[in-house]
Amino acid sequence: MRNFVGLRAIPKIEYHRATELGEALKLLSQHKENCKIIAGGTDLIPAARRCRTLLPEHMHIVDISSIEGLDYIIKDGDMIRIGAITRVSEIEMSTVIKGNALILANAASQMGSLQVRNLGTIGGNLCNASPAADTAPPLLVLNAKVKVRSINKQRLVPLQEFFMGPGKTTLTPEEILTEVQIPLIKPTGNSYFIKFGRRNAFTLSIVSVATLVKVENGVFVDIRIALGSVAPTPIRASKAEEHLIGHKVNEQVIDDGVNVVANEVKPISDVRASAEYRRDMAYVLTKRAISLSLQ
Amino acid sequence: MKVPIEIKVNDKLYKLEVQPRATLLDILRDELRIKSVHRGCEEGECGACTVLLNRKPIYSCLVLAPQVDGAEITTVEGLLKGDELHPLMLAFIENHAIQCGFCSPGVIMTAYFLLNNLREFTDEDLRRGIEGNLCRCTGYQHIIKAIKAAKGYKDSGNWW
Repeated sequence: MRNFVGLRAIPKIEYHRATELGEALKLLSQHKENCKIIAGGTDLIPAARRCRTLLPEHMHIVDISSIEGLDYIIKDGDMIRIGAITRVSEIEMSTVIKGNALILANAASQMGSLQVRNLGTIGGNLCNASPAADTAPPLLVLNAKVKVRSINKQRLVPLQEFFMGPGKTTLTPEEILTEVQIPLIKPTGNSYFIKFGRRNAFTLSIVSVATLVKVENGVFVDIRIALGSVAPTPIRASKAEEHLIGHKVNEQVIDDGVNVVANEVKPISDVRASAEYRRDMAYVLTKRAISLSLQ
Repeated sequence: MKVPIEIKVNDKLYKLEVQPRATLLDILRDELRIKSVHRGCEEGECGACTVLLNRKPIYSCLVLAPQVDGAEITTVEGLLKGDELHPLMLAFIENHAIQCGFCSPGVIMTAYFLLNNLREFTDEDLRRGIEGNLCRCTGYQHIIKAIKAAKGYKDSGNWW
């Protein structure tokens, strides 16, 4: 076929379709670094075309998109559990998510386009580990954890500890992320998510911010701030949070806190924006998100 | 050709043997000769390859052929009734929503999904809905107009 020739051709691959998680885990433990997982393909396929070295020939591609029991959104006691291959469009539309973690549904609705949301999965978004991953700031302020499995082990990793760098996570070559857990806390705070890109739709973020705010008697009893695209990984602005917690809610306090955010971020200059602009926008958008959370 | 798959495309069942690295786009155009599905960017950014997979619009350039075993796919050819154009297509023609036509099959599949799944919508909802289909010719105004006109057809029972 003509399309297999040329610089942008997908190299030859060995394809395996797993119908059960055990199958996939077995393949990973067999082939380790020579394995790549595919679900929606929205990150893997473009990357394979752009960078031939990403997929050396005869890489084993393990398709987990048909695994029964990895596609779910359920409220289980005091937490929400989301299966790793749940499509982003399902998360966007889910009444469980909208009712208990609205900020995640909002972020999901702004990911890519309709077609991308129908293919892309939450597990893929997290494991691809782009600093710009849209589901990450919301999940970080929600204190989400991810369940990671290999053939012999299972571990629960706080999302804050999951990302190691651009495109890097704590996953070993034998592991698959199987579930995202969101603890539900009552009372829920007010949360807001802002995605700022070079255009209004179907864009990678230049800066994204998620905030969760709880105020009692005019004092911040809980404030959580997470940002995307301003550091090697999605981050929680913990220094700024420490600065704000327990303090009165007023202009000056917020301004001081947001200034800490602007200093905490470690943005780079790239095709989308300069580091300076990102730093400025981190300030502006965090302030805006906090104000909107307070309304 | 390595992996055997069975797919239903526009209500016809096909049994194929596909190379694992072939995409659904490759299969539809090159194996099944369904030429309405266009190669635009082949990286999930332009929407020219949009088809319905189990009734949901997706980029066929991002899906590996073996992944769609057992699935149902619809392209614009599947919206025809014999030789008769679908009312959505008529609306596009009547409202000048097609210029060069390259984006049109993809836009029409997305519009078909939106009209079947949104009970009511604003212009903003439609703009959001077609964000994944780029058009270099029309500036999108007439596409939005056409989709609204098609809703008129649908509401009056002229639809399938």
